Amino acid sequence: MYTTPWMRRLAPLLLLLAGLPMAGAVADTAIDRAEERVEQLDQDDDEAVEEQLAAVEERDLDGETAEVLSRLATADRRELQAAMEDIAGLQDADALPTLFALQDRRLYYTDDGTLIIKDARDGSLREATTGRERSDLQTGDLSQPRLTNVVRRTLRPTIGALQIFSDDPVARLAAADELAERPRPEMRDSILEALERETSAETERLLNIALAQLDLDSEDDARRLEAVQIIAEVRANRLRSDLAALTEIGEDGEPVEPVAEIRHAAQAGVDAIDRRARFASFASDFVYGMSMGSVLLLAAMGLAIVFGLMGVINMAHGELLMIGAYTTFMTQTFFALFAPQWFQYYLIAAVPLAFVVTAGVGILMERGVIRFLYNRPLETLLATWGISLILIQTVRWMFGAQNVAVSSPPWFSGSVQIMQGVTLSTSRVGVILFAIFVVALVWFLMNRTRLGLEVRAVMQNRDMAAALGVPAKRVDMWTFAVGAGVAGLGGVALSQIVNVGPEMGQNYIVDSFMVVVLGGVGNLLGPVFSALGIGVTTKFLEPATGAVLATILVFAAIILFIQWRPQGIFALKGRSADD
Amino acid sequence: MQPQSALSRVGRLHTRTAWMILVALAVLALIVVPVLNLVVPPDHPLYMPGWMVTLAGRFLCLALVALALDLIWGYTGILSLGHGVFFAMGGYVMGAHLTRVAHDDGRLPNFLQWLDYTEWPWYWAGFDSFLFTLVMIALVPGVLAFIFGFLAFRSRVRGVYFAIITQALTFGGMHLFFRTETGFGGDTGLTNFDTLLGFELGTPGSRMSLFWASAATLIIAYLLCRWIVTSKLGRVMTAIRDAETRLRFTGYDPLRYKLFVWVVSAVLCGVAGALYVPQTGVINPSEMAPPASIEMAIWVALGGRGTLVGAIAGAGIVNVVKTWATSAYPDLWLYILGAMFIGVTLFLPKGVVGIVSMLRRRREGES
Repeated sequence: MYTTPWMRRLAPLLLLLAGLPMAGAVADTAIDRAEERVEQLDQDDDEAVEEQLAAVEERDLDGETAEVLSRLATADRRELQAAMEDIAGLQDADALPTLFALQDRRLYYTDDGTLIIKDARDGSLREATTGRERSDLQTGDLSQPRLTNVVRRTLRPTIGALQIFSDDPVARLAAADELAERPRPEMRDSILEALERETSAETERLLNIALAQLDLDSEDDARRLEAVQIIAEVRANRLRSDLAALTEIGEDGEPVEPVAEIRHAAQAGVDAIDRRARFASFASDFVYGMSMGSVLLLAAMGLAIVFGLMGVINMAHGELLMIGAYTTFMTQTFFALFAPQWFQYYLIAAVPLAFVVTAGVGILMERGVIRFLYNRPLETLLATWGISLILIQTVRWMFGAQNVAVSSPPWFSGSVQIMQGVTLSTSRVGVILFAIFVVALVWFLMNRTRLGLEVRAVMQNRDMAAALGVPAKRVDMWTFAVGAGVAGLGGVALSQIVNVGPEMGQNYIVDSFMVVVLGGVGNLLGPVFSALGIGVTTKFLEPATGAVLATILVFAAIILFIQWRPQGIFALKGRSADD
Repeated sequence: MQPQSALSRVGRLHTRTAWMILVALAVLALIVVPVLNLVVPPDHPLYMPGWMVTLAGRFLCLALVALALDLIWGYTGILSLGHGVFFAMGGYVMGAHLTRVAHDDGRLPNFLQWLDYTEWPWYWAGFDSFLFTLVMIALVPGVLAFIFGFLAFRSRVRGVYFAIITQALTFGGMHLFFRTETGFGGDTGLTNFDTLLGFELGTPGSRMSLFWASAATLIIAYLLCRWIVTSKLGRVMTAIRDAETRLRFTGYDPLRYKLFVWVVSAVLCGVAGALYVPQTGVINPSEMAPPASIEMAIWVALGGRGTLVGAIAGAGIVNVVKTWATSAYPDLWLYILGAMFIGVTLFLPKGVVGIVSMLRRRREGES
C-alpha cells in the first residue's frame, strides 16, 4: 500500500477539490432565486389564520345577524356605532368577515342597502349576508360606510368579542388571550356565554382568568371570593400581583381587603401560584437543559463513533457538522426551486441526504488520508486539522463567507406547551426527539446489523477479527463513514438552531470531545449521559452565575471529574496496565 | 557542580559544527539584524525595515512557544493542546503592566470605569512595578500549570485524554477573559500601550530592543532545553514518553518529572507571551481560542518532534508561509496551510528536520 504513487493516494481529494467548485457555481445561481421563494413561502403561513376568518363563503346567515349587519349600510356615524354595539351582542362569529371588511375598507353598500364585500384574495364583489358573487356591480357605483376613528376604536374589541365564538380553536385561543390580557367590563356577559360553550381547556382557562380579573374589582363579596378562588385554581401567574395586593395592609393600617375569608383565599392563591411558578421554572429549565444536552449529543454522537470506537482524533468533526447543515440548506434550496408544494417537508428529506453526503465526505477523508495514519493517532490530529481548514475554505468558496439562511418549516417553528405555563419552542422539543432517533439509529446500526457486528469485532481485537475473515480495512472505512454520516445528522439539527456558516463547526469541536471523553470512549451510552448531564447542569447553573460563567464552571467540573475517573463515566473494564 | 565542569557540560551540549552554526545564527540575530535595521540607510537594498524587525521578533516569540511545546510533547510525550492559555497568561501579565504604566496619572482604563471601579481592583495591584511583573510572568503560568498538571498527572490522565482536557482549560480560560466582569478588558483585551521601562513603544530603538530581547531569550531558552534533554532528567523524560509504566515499575515516580517539565514548558510559554505583547500592542482572549493552541502543536509536528531545532524551524516555516499567503493569496491560504499539514503528516512523519537526517543518511550510504 505504501508503494502507491502519491498522486494516486491523493486522487480522491483532488477529485473532490475539482468537483466542488463546479457544483458550487451551479448552486450559486439557484440560491438567489431560492432565497426569494423561501421568504415568500414563509410569509404565506403567517397570515393564514386571519385570512381564513375574513374569507367570504356562500352561506346562510342567521336571520337576526343578517338584520343587524344590514344596519351597517349607512352613512351616519351614530347609526353605524349603534349597529356595531348590537353586533357585539350577537355572539355570532359569522359576522366576522363583514367586520374585517369594514376594518380593511373593503365593505360597500348599494343604494338599496345591500352590503357588499370585496374579497381580499381575488377582488370579487360578494353579498355580505349570502356570499353570492355580484359580477354586475362596480366599486365605483357603491358607497362605503364612514370609517371614523371612533368606529375604528369600537371595531377592534367587537372583532375580538366575536372571535371567541368562532369555530376555529386557534382564533378562539387568540381572542381569549387578548381578553385575559386586557379584560373589558362590558364583555362580562359575552365571556360567561363563551365559557358555557368552550371545549378547549386552555381557552377556558384564559377566559376564566379574564372573568376573574373583572370580578376582582366587584363590590359583591361573594363574587370577589369566587374570583380569587378561580385565580388560585387556574394559578394565573399574571394575576399574582393582584392577589398579593389583596393580602397587604393599606396605608390606613386596615387590610386592603375587608373580608378575612377572601384575604386567606388570596394568600392561598399566591402560595399556589408561587409553587406552580417554581415547579414550572424547574420543569422548563429541565426540558431546556435536556434540549441543550441533546444538541451537544447530536454534535458529539458522530465523534463517539469516530473517536470513541475507532480512536481517530478527528479535528474535522466540526466541519462534518457544518457540511450536514449546508446539505440541509441545499435541500431547502432545491425544494424551494423545484417542489414548492412540498417545501414544508424539506427537513425530512434533508435527514437521509445529510447522512449520505457527509458519509461520502467521510469516505473520501478515510480513503485519502486517515487510513495511512491509523498507527499514529496523534498525527491524525494534525492531518484532520488540515482537512478541516480545506473543508472550511471550500464551503466558503462555494457559498460565500456569510451565514446562509436556513428557515425552519412552519411545523418546526411554533411552540409546544409542555404544561400550563411552560411553553417551549418546537425546535427545542424536536431536537430532543431527533436525538432519541439518532441514538436509536446508532444503536440499531451497532447492535443489529452485520456491519455493527464487524465493527465491534474489529474494535475489540483487530487481528483476531481479520484472521476470522472480517475485512478489517473495509470495516474501518464504513465505520468512519457511519460516524461522519451521524455527524451530518447532527448538522441537520444544528441548522435549525444556530447560524449556518463556514466556521460554525469550530464552536462544537471542544464540546464534542468533552462529551465523548467524559462519557468514556468505546461505548455509546456514555456520551448520552455526559451530554445530557452537561446540558442540564449548565442550564441549572445559569440563573445563579450567568451563561458564560456556567460554561466555565462546567468545564472546570469536567476537568476535576476526569481526575477522579480518568476513563470517563463508563470505563471499559480491562486488565492492561497501559493503553 | 563545580564551575569548570558546568562549563564543560555546556560545551558538551552540541558537537563542534552544531556550536558553530548556533553561534553564527546568534550573531546573525543579535548583531547583523540590528546593523541592517539601524545602521544601513533606508534606501539601501540591504536595509531591513522596522516592521520586518517587529515581525521577526514576533516569530521568535512563537518559536519559543514551539520550543516549550516540544519539550513537553516531543520529549515527554505529553501532548498539550492548551499552551495558548500559558502564552496568554504571560501576555496578560505584561499587558497589565503596560496598561498601568499607560494610566499612571491615576485615571482608570475605560473597561474598569464601566465596571464602576474607582480605583484599581486587588488583582491589578503591583503591576505598576516592572520587577513584580517579571516575577508574575513566570509565576502566573507556572502556578496555573502546577495546579492543573498536579491534578492531571496524579490521576494518570494521559495521551488523548490529557490533550482534550488541556483544550477545555484553554477554552474555559478564553470564556473567562471574554467576560467584561473579569476585569481584563473583555473581548477587546488590553491595548493602547505607550511606554515600557520609560521607552516609547514603536520607535525604531525600542522595536530593535524587543527583537533583541526575544532573540536572546530564545537562544538562552534553547540552551536550557538542550541542557534538560541531554541530562539524566532528559533520559527519564524520554523513558516516560516511550514506556511510562515500565519506568514506574523500575522505581521512578513519573509525577514529579512530568510536573517539572510541564511547569518549565508553561513558564517558557508565558515568557514568550510577555515578549510578544509589546510587539503586537494588544492581548485579547482570542489567543486562548482552541484553534490557536492546536496550531502551536502543528508547528512542532511540522518541524519535527523531539528535536528542539525542528520546533523552532516549524514555527518559523508555518508563520512565514501564513504571513506570506494571507497577503498574497487571501482566498487560497487555508488550502495551502491545510495541504501543508496533510502533506507533512503523510509524507514527512519526522517533520522538516527529518528531511535533513534522511539526506544525511543517504549520503553516508553512498560514500
